[in-house]
Amino acid sequence: MVKILIKLVLSVIVLWFSCGYGQPTDLYVFNSDTQRQTFTELTQQLRCLVCQNESLADSTAPLAQDLRGEIYQQIQQGKTSDQVKAYLLTRYGQFILFKPKMTPATAILWCAPFIFLLAAISIVVLMLRRQRYLSS
Amino acid sequence: MWRYTIPLSIFIIMAIFLGFGLRHNPQQLPCVMLNKPAPEFAADNLLHPGQTVHNNLFIGHVSLLNVWATWCITCQMEHPILMDIAHQVKIYGLNYKDDPRSARTWLQQHGNPYAVVIADPQGLLGIDWGVYGTPETFIIDPQGVIRYKYVGAISPEVWREELAPLVKKWSKS
Repeated sequence: MVKILIKLVLSVIVLWFSCGYGQPTDLYVFNSDTQRQTFTELTQQLRCLVCQNESLADSTAPLAQDLRGEIYQQIQQGKTSDQVKAYLLTRYGQFILFKPKMTPATAILWCAPFIFLLAAISIVVLMLRRQRYLSS
Repeated sequence: MWRYTIPLSIFIIMAIFLGFGLRHNPQQLPCVMLNKPAPEFAADNLLHPGQTVHNNLFIGHVSLLNVWATWCITCQMEHPILMDIAHQVKIYGLNYKDDPRSARTWLQQHGNPYAVVIADPQGLLGIDWGVYGTPETFIIDPQGVIRYKYVGAISPEVWREELAPLVKKWSKS
């Protein structure tokens, strides 16, 4: 029993450290903490279009570096989070957001997983009920 | 009999969706700049250093804007096709995140299909156009409005079936 516990703890430790903590090496200087926070939030909410499952914050692709630079410039100029997002959305579309806005077009994207889950649960419930009926 | 139809129909529905998914290229994003005027810019002329290029470049005729670079192998594959179609439509080049001198040398060595080449060594113009990879080609109508964007290398088939009809359509407007 103790052996199993030790193995479990060791695997958790190994898995914990196996996720990369690498940070891209740009150093941006901000005038205020709110600006730095806006920058961090934005770059984590936006998708890198080259490495499409990475955020702009994590990706080392040249386009991600360019866009981080552009976002930094705009924050320095005093633009708000929404203004920066609008700028990027007009050029790259909804796909650059990890969480696209809810519109008729994206409604299916948002709702489909819940619909499928509901369908799956109902099927399981129906089948269980039938089994109980048959075996009683 | 009944107990097989439900899993079977679920499987068929999933297979249809997954089938669509397989044919979907994640690199082909819908172009948000469609039917909007080309972004305003003032940039260096790659082949005539010192001259500035503005977006009145596009007015009066339909044109292609081809985003390319010397480090982009796919662009080099596309190059012979561009040389071919250059006499059918005006092609402008956007030299994206490239060294201008290498670009000039490359064009001298391999031939120049572009009426004008815009230099964008920092990629800032690219961001304005929503460029996220190379090669990309925009079709711009005689009023300077972006009408189409093609992501990837243009093959003879793509030109014949996808781009040439659109160029023809917009040259009449």
